[in-house]
Amino acid sequence: MSPSRGPREAGRASRAGPYVIVVVGILYFVLPLVATFEFSLSMLRGVWSFEAYRSVFSDERFRQTFTFSIVAALLTIVVGSLLIVPTAYWVRLRFPKLRPLVEFITLLPLVIPPIVLVFGYLRLYNSSSFLPFTGSANGTYVLLVFGYVVLSMPYMFRAVDTGMAAIDIRTLTEAAESLGANRITILFRVILPNVRAAVLSGAFLSFAIVIGEFVLASLLNQPAFGPYLALVGTNRAYEPSALAIIAFAVTWICMGLLQVAGRQRRKQPNPRRSIRSLLTLSRRARG
Amino acid sequence: MSFLSITHVSKSFGPTTVVKDFDLSVERGEFVSFLGPSGCGKTTMLRMIAGFETPSAGRIVIDGEDVTDVPANRRRIGMVFQAYALFPNLTVHDNIAFGLMVAGRPKREIAPRVAEMLALIGLPQLGDRYPYQLSGGQQQRVALARALAPSPRVLLLDEPLSALDAKIRVSLREEIRELQRKLGITTIFVTHDQEEALSMSDRIAVMYGGRIEQCGAPFAIYNQPATRFVASFIGTLSLIEGIKGEGATVHVDGQPITLDAVPEVAPGAPVTLALRPEAVKLDASPDRINTLNGHVETSQFLGSVVRLKLSVAGGSVLVDTFNRPTAPPPRSGESVALHFGPSDVFALAPQEANPSALPAIA
Repeated sequence: MSPSRGPREAGRASRAGPYVIVVVGILYFVLPLVATFEFSLSMLRGVWSFEAYRSVFSDERFRQTFTFSIVAALLTIVVGSLLIVPTAYWVRLRFPKLRPLVEFITLLPLVIPPIVLVFGYLRLYNSSSFLPFTGSANGTYVLLVFGYVVLSMPYMFRAVDTGMAAIDIRTLTEAAESLGANRITILFRVILPNVRAAVLSGAFLSFAIVIGEFVLASLLNQPAFGPYLALVGTNRAYEPSALAIIAFAVTWICMGLLQVAGRQRRKQPNPRRSIRSLLTLSRRARG
Repeated sequence: MSFLSITHVSKSFGPTTVVKDFDLSVERGEFVSFLGPSGCGKTTMLRMIAGFETPSAGRIVIDGEDVTDVPANRRRIGMVFQAYALFPNLTVHDNIAFGLMVAGRPKREIAPRVAEMLALIGLPQLGDRYPYQLSGGQQQRVALARALAPSPRVLLLDEPLSALDAKIRVSLREEIRELQRKLGITTIFVTHDQEEALSMSDRIAVMYGGRIEQCGAPFAIYNQPATRFVASFIGTLSLIEGIKGEGATVHVDGQPITLDAVPEVAPGAPVTLALRPEAVKLDASPDRINTLNGHVETSQFLGSVVRLKLSVAGGSVLVDTFNRPTAPPPRSGESVALHFGPSDVFALAPQEANPSALPAIA
C-alpha cells in the first residue's frame, strides 16, 4: 500500500459522510410526506385516485375552517409584526440591558403549554370578568388572534432580533435622525424594510403554527382548521391524509406568494438579499 | 457672533467624565477638526452637537438658536459616519433624497436637487445603484451627498475616512475639503489622524482627556505646541535632557544650546528640550548655531526621505533628511554632528515633565 493512499481515502470518506447525513435527513422529512400522499391516493380499492381530495374539497366545513385559519394567521402576522418589530428595535436601541429579560419573556410560550395559556385566558377574560373577551363572538376571535400572537412570539422575536443584529440599527437610526426623520418614519422607512427578510421568516413560522393549531381554537370553540382536522381524523380514514397534504401545499404556496410580493415592492431586485432571505426561510423551515 | 458656539459643555456617563468644560466658537464656513487619541472625548463632543447625546452641563448654540435641548431630527445638521450608514434598502438616488423626502419637499424639487448632489460628488451615473454595489469610497461620497442634500446648517464628519484604504483616504479628504470650500458650509471633522487634521482644517482643537489642549491653525499647532501633550501628539518629537544655564542657554552633555525662548526654570535645574526630526540638519549653516554630536543607531531609507535615529547625550534623536543621489545616507555606527537653530528647539514646560504621562514618543 502506498503511503499516499491513506489520506486520500480518508478524504473521500469524510466527503461521503455529509452526503449520508443529508440523505438520511431528507428521507426523515420526505418519507412520511410521501407515505401520507400515497395513502391519500388509495381511497378507492385497487386504483390510485384523488377521491379523498374530491371528498375533502366538496366538504363545506373544509373551506370555511381553512379560510378562517388563513385569515387568523394573516392577522396574527400583522399584529405580531406590529408588536415585535418595534419592541425588538427599541430594546436593541435604547435598552440593550433588558434584552435577556425580553428574550426570556418571548420564550415563555415554549415553556408554558398552550392549554395552560388558554385556561389562563378563560379565567381572566371570561364573560363575568372585568375584560369579558369571551362574552361575544368577536371578542373571542380577538382573544384567539392574541393567543396566536403569543404562541408565535418566540419565533417572531428571534427572527426579527437576528435580522436586526445583522444591520447597524444604531447608526442607521442616527443617520435618519440627522436627516430629520422622526421615530415612526425611521421604523417604517428604514428599519422595517431592512429586516423584511427576517419578518418574513417569522411570518412563515407564525403561519405554520396557526394553520395547524388545535388547543386554543378548540377550547375557545372557534371554527378553525385544527379542530376540523382532528374531527375528520377521528371519523374518516383517507381524508385526513389528503387534508394534511393540502395544508402542507397551501402553507408553502402562501409563503412563496409572500416572498414574491415582498420582492416585487422593490423597483430593482436585490439578488443577494433575496437569496439570503430564502436561505433563512428554508433553514428555519427545516429547523 | 460666532455661528456655532459651544460653551462650558461637559458630559459624564455615570462617574466618568468624558468631556470637561469644552469651550469653542466656530465661524460660519469654518472647517474645524477635533483631533486626539481614542477616548479623548472628541466623538462624544461631536455627538452632542448632533443631538445624539445630551450635555451634562453647558450650552450649544447654532446660528443664534440654542439647540442644547433640541432633538437631533430638528437640528438641521448633516452627519457623515465612519461606517457610511447608507440605507441598504434604498438606491443611491433614494438615499440622497431621504432628507428632502422627510422634510416633505415636493417631488419636482427633489429630483433636480439629487441630480445636483450626484454631480457634486462626481457620481452622476450611479443614482440607480444600491449601496452594496458601490466601493467604500463611493459609499462615503454618497453619504456626504445625502448629508448635504437638505442644506444643513452644520456638517459633522465622524472619522469619515477611517474605514477607507490609504489612497482613497487622501483623494477623498481633498475632495471633502474642496466641496466644503465651494459650499461654504460650517464643518466639524473628528479624526485621530493628525495628517488629515493638519491638511484639511482651518483650525484644529487638539483634545486629550476630555479637554481641549490647544486650539489653533494647523501651522501654529505644529510649530508652537502649547502643551507637552500637543507637542508629542502632533508630529514626531525627540526629547533631550539638559541643565539650564545662563539666560536662554541649556547645557546638553557639556555643550551649550541656545534657545529662542528662555526656559522658565532656575539656572542649574534640569530642562527637557524638544526637537522636530525635520528641523535638525547634518550640515552646518550660519543660522544653525547649535551643534550636538551623536552616533547613527539606525538609518532608514524611505525614498524621498532618509530617517536617521541617532544616539545623542544618552537619548535618541530622530533626523529626517531629504534623499540626495550624490550623498549616500550615513551608516550605523558613524559619528555625525547635528546642527539646528535656536528657533528649531524648545523647552517643554517643567510641570508637565513627567514622561510616564505621555503617549509613546519616538
